[in-house]
Formats: sequence, structure tokens, C-alpha cells
Amino acid sequence: MTPAAVHDALRDKTRIKVWEPVLWLVPLAVVALFPGSSFLVNQMAIMALFAISLDLVLGYAGIMSLGHAAFFGMGAFAAGLFAKFVMPEPIAGLVFAMAVGGISAYLCSYTILRGSELTIVMVTLGVSLILFEVGNYMTWLTGGADGLQGVVMAPVLGLFPFTFDGVTAAYYSLVVLAVFLVVYRRIVNSPFGTGLRLIRDNRLRASAIGIDTDKRIKLAYTLAGAIAAAAGAVQTHSMNFASLDAFAFERSADVLLMVVIGGTAWIYGGVVGAVVFIGLHHVLSDLTPQYWTFWVGVFLVLLMRVGRDRLVRPWTWFKGGPHG
Amino acid sequence: MLTILFDGVAYGMLLFILAIGLSVTLGLMNFINLAHGAFAMAGGYVTVLLMQNHNVPFLLCVPIAFLVTAVLGAILERTLYRPMYGKPALDQVLFSIGLAFIAMTIVDYSIGSSEQIIQLPHWLRGRSELAFGDHVLGMGHYRLLIIAVCIVLTILLQYVLTHTRFGSRLRASVDDQRVADGLGINVNVIFFSTFAVGSGLAGLGGAMGAEVLGLDPTFPFKFMIYFLIVVALGGTSSLTGPLLASLILGIADVAGKYYMPKLGSFIVYAVMILILLWRPDGLFARRGAK
Repeated sequence: MTPAAVHDALRDKTRIKVWEPVLWLVPLAVVALFPGSSFLVNQMAIMALFAISLDLVLGYAGIMSLGHAAFFGMGAFAAGLFAKFVMPEPIAGLVFAMAVGGISAYLCSYTILRGSELTIVMVTLGVSLILFEVGNYMTWLTGGADGLQGVVMAPVLGLFPFTFDGVTAAYYSLVVLAVFLVVYRRIVNSPFGTGLRLIRDNRLRASAIGIDTDKRIKLAYTLAGAIAAAAGAVQTHSMNFASLDAFAFERSADVLLMVVIGGTAWIYGGVVGAVVFIGLHHVLSDLTPQYWTFWVGVFLVLLMRVGRDRLVRPWTWFKGGPHG
Repeated sequence: MLTILFDGVAYGMLLFILAIGLSVTLGLMNFINLAHGAFAMAGGYVTVLLMQNHNVPFLLCVPIAFLVTAVLGAILERTLYRPMYGKPALDQVLFSIGLAFIAMTIVDYSIGSSEQIIQLPHWLRGRSELAFGDHVLGMGHYRLLIIAVCIVLTILLQYVLTHTRFGSRLRASVDDQRVADGLGINVNVIFFSTFAVGSGLAGLGGAMGAEVLGLDPTFPFKFMIYFLIVVALGGTSSLTGPLLASLILGIADVAGKYYMPKLGSFIVYAVMILILLWRPDGLFARRGAK
């Protein structure tokens, strides 16, 4: 192999494949053709953004977080308050929310450096629960259980006003998701991203070859917090409303499910997971409004018991695998 | 003041009974079972249904709840849990969340989502007061019963763990499963019975706690966090760790809710995070095996 070929092979992963622009046309076409689906597409795009941010921590750095909603909520409320008290421009609000999310994630990153898996799960969960309680307590700022109301957004870039049918909101969140996916691809394929995977696979060895593991984990967590906050901000912008649900444990659990359904440490994993999960939610809650979690439960138990590889190949289910 | 302390101790004791099964499971097989709360819920509903529909006296319901959930735990262990032991922690967490989801919706579907109320027998409803100078200690009779039962159970468990052959096998398996296996201890059987007893204890705790904690289909998730706190703080190597952790948690929670009701459970979570930052492996982590 010539050096140029090696270089090419290494860069191959970072390139945008031919099929990807085609894939991207699908949601845009769906919104254009069926404006009624814009709320669904909007939710999928927001949760996909949230899911890739968790994947950076969970899939690439190998840190299990059960409280990722903390940063989603920080972003949602930062964006809401910014629009209400400073200026209603969405892009400025998005940047502000990301800064808030990034700073809070940086502060929290000190809590996830030591301890066993259970400890980290508990600490991340605890942080999100504390933020939920604080939000509930500071009624004067957050509106408490009623949520933050009266958020009025200016048009995006002064050109596209948010409409009642949610079409602008859907395009807005799709574009934000696309921008973040481009950046995200650069991040995870950079030496930094490779270092994260190394830390996930063997932290001791990673530090032995000179990687400052703590620093990388902190940086990854900060980045993930900022991306999660961006997802929260987009949510507030498109709903004109921020509720304490943004901090809830259910949201952390949902996003974890999305990442796992879609596959960890894969750029499109979060996107696939969000589309499947929210699509499933939509279909199932139409069929059985109250009991759709039952089917989520069945799905999870099957997924974990059979394994994802075998679940997509049903003919292998009864052949008696390694578990009999 | 004393009353709050008393209530906190009763609450902590209850959490201990509820969480001890989880602690042993986690220590023995490294299995993070988030569906543990579902067993407690099962125990609570067994009691409620027996009392409402068949007029079974409360004191008889509690052992029945223990037996039913123990059998349930045994069946599930054999059929669903066992193949999950070797899997990564993330798979186990999601698997057991899935089980908890299923349990919650089944209860919601078959019994209803409203909160169930346990009609305590008359003699348990009263309250005695003791005065120490200016301090008055008010003791609810039901909480006295909880404390008594928990103390008896703790002593019993401690005896089984430290003075019986089964206990030493269990401790050996917790310390190092492979070596224990190599010494001819049937780790599978140990784990099977421990899982059943642990689930049974959760059911018993659920039966006793239904009146104090409230019982509705969201029970498994509402209290799962508390069980996990107990386990994370107490460690998995002894009974004293989880016991002390549950007492701290119970007292902090009751006191926090009494003095600062608006902050809700803030105090508990803050205490947990601080302790975990100070001692990442729990208050009583033992160096060794793992």
C-alpha cells in the first residue's frame, strides 16, 4: 500500500457515503408531503440528537449514564429562559443553552471519574433527580410543575417563523440534527474519538500508552452535555414550552433504550434508535394508549435475551445458540 | 425530634428488608436487577388482594406474600434470569427494566392504577407516647411492629450467614465464584435459593411497606432508586453495610421531608452523591476478591 492509499483507507470512515444524502431527503420529503407528520418527525429528530449525545458517553467512552436527561433539561430551561428574558432569537438561544449544558456537564464530569459501574449509574441518576427536585422547588424561575410558559420564539435567522402546524419546527430540528451529525462524525473519528474507544476497552492500558484518561472523559462528557442541551433547546424552541419532564428519569431511560436499540458506538445508532422507538411508541400508543409500556418491556426482554444480532434474524432463534 | 428519628429508623428498617435481596444478588452474581421493586410490588398486591377479597388477617398475609414472591422469583430465575448472568451490565439493566415495565403494566391492566389501601387491624393503628423531659417520643404501633420484624429478620439472616453451612457457602461464592465452584460448591443452587429468598424478602417488605410507602403500579420505579442507593452505599459484602445505609437513608429522608418538605427527596440524593464521591465503592467496601 502506498502512503496515499493508507491515508485514504484511514479517512474512509470520516467521509459522507453516497447513500447518506438520499437518506436525508426522506424526512424532508415526508414533512413536505405530509405536514401532519411534522410533530412526529420533530420528536424523532430531537431525540436522535439527544441519543447521539448519550452515545458519545456510553458507546464511545463506555460510561454508563442513567441520568443524561439532566443536560437535556438544563438546555430546555436555559433556552426557554433565554428566549423569555434576553432575546427570542432561536440560534442565539441554542448557543446559550449549549454553553449552559456544557458547563454543567463539565462540573458533573468530576463525579464520574472513579467508582464501579453501579456507582457511576447512581451518581448520574442522582444528579438528574436533584436537578428535577431543584426545578420543582424554584417555582419562581421554572414555573415548577406547570412548566415554563409564555416562551415566544422569533423566526429562525429572522426568516422562518415558527408555525402552528409545526412544519418549520420539524425542518429546524432536522437541520440542527444534520449539522450536529457532521460535527459528530469528525469528533468520533478524530484521534480524540479513537482515544475514547481505547479508554472504553481498557482504561489501564490507555493510560499506560500516555493518554490522559481523566481529561478525555471530562471532555467527552462536556461535549455530550452540550449536545444534549442543544436537543433540549430545540425541544423548547419547537414547543414554546419547557416542562420538568425534561429532567425526568423516564427520559433518561428512554434515550438509553434508543441508543441500545440502534446500536452503540455507531453514528447513526442514535438516529435509528430514535426513529424505531418513537415510531413504535406512536403505533403502540395508538393501539393501546395506556399499556404500550408492556410491549416496550416485552421488546426489551426479547432484545436482551435473544441478542440484537439474532433478533434481526428470526430463523436462528430456535436453533439453540450458546445459551441453549 | 425523637419521633422523627423513630419514624426514620422504621422507614430505614423497611428499606433494608426491601433491598437486602438486591444487595445479595448484586454481590453474588454481579447482576444489576432493576426489577427487584417488582417483586416488592407483587408482595404488596398479594396482601391487598387477600385482605380485600378473602378477608385473610394481615399477619397471615405477610408470610403468604413472602412465599408467593419467593416462588415467583424462583420461577423467573430459572426461566429468564439465568442466561443473563454473563452478559454486560448494560444488557442486564435493560433486561430488568423491561421486566419491570411488564410487571407494572400487568398490574395496571388487571388491578387498576389507583393506589391501594391496606386496612390495618385495629390494634395496629394506635400510637404510644413516651416522654423524656421535654422530648416526646411518639411511636406508631405499626412502625413498632415493622422495627420488631426487621430486627428479628436481621438477626435471623445474620445467623444464617455466619453460623450455617449454607451461609459460609454463600459467602464463599460472593467472594469468588470460580474458586467456590472449584471447591465443589454448587454455585447455581446457592444462587437459585438466594434469589428466591431475596425476592421473598422483597415481597415481605412490600407487604409490610404497602401502608407506609403507598402501593400503586409505579411502585417498582418509585422505590428502585432507593434500593439502589442502599446497595451502592452499603456495599455487597455484609449485612451491616446495607443495614447502616438504609438507616441513614431512612432518617435522612424522613427528616428532610419533615423539615424541608418543598425540597422533596433532594436531601437523600445529595447525601448519596456526597457519600459516593467520598467513598466510590460504598461505605463498607472490602478490599479483596473483586
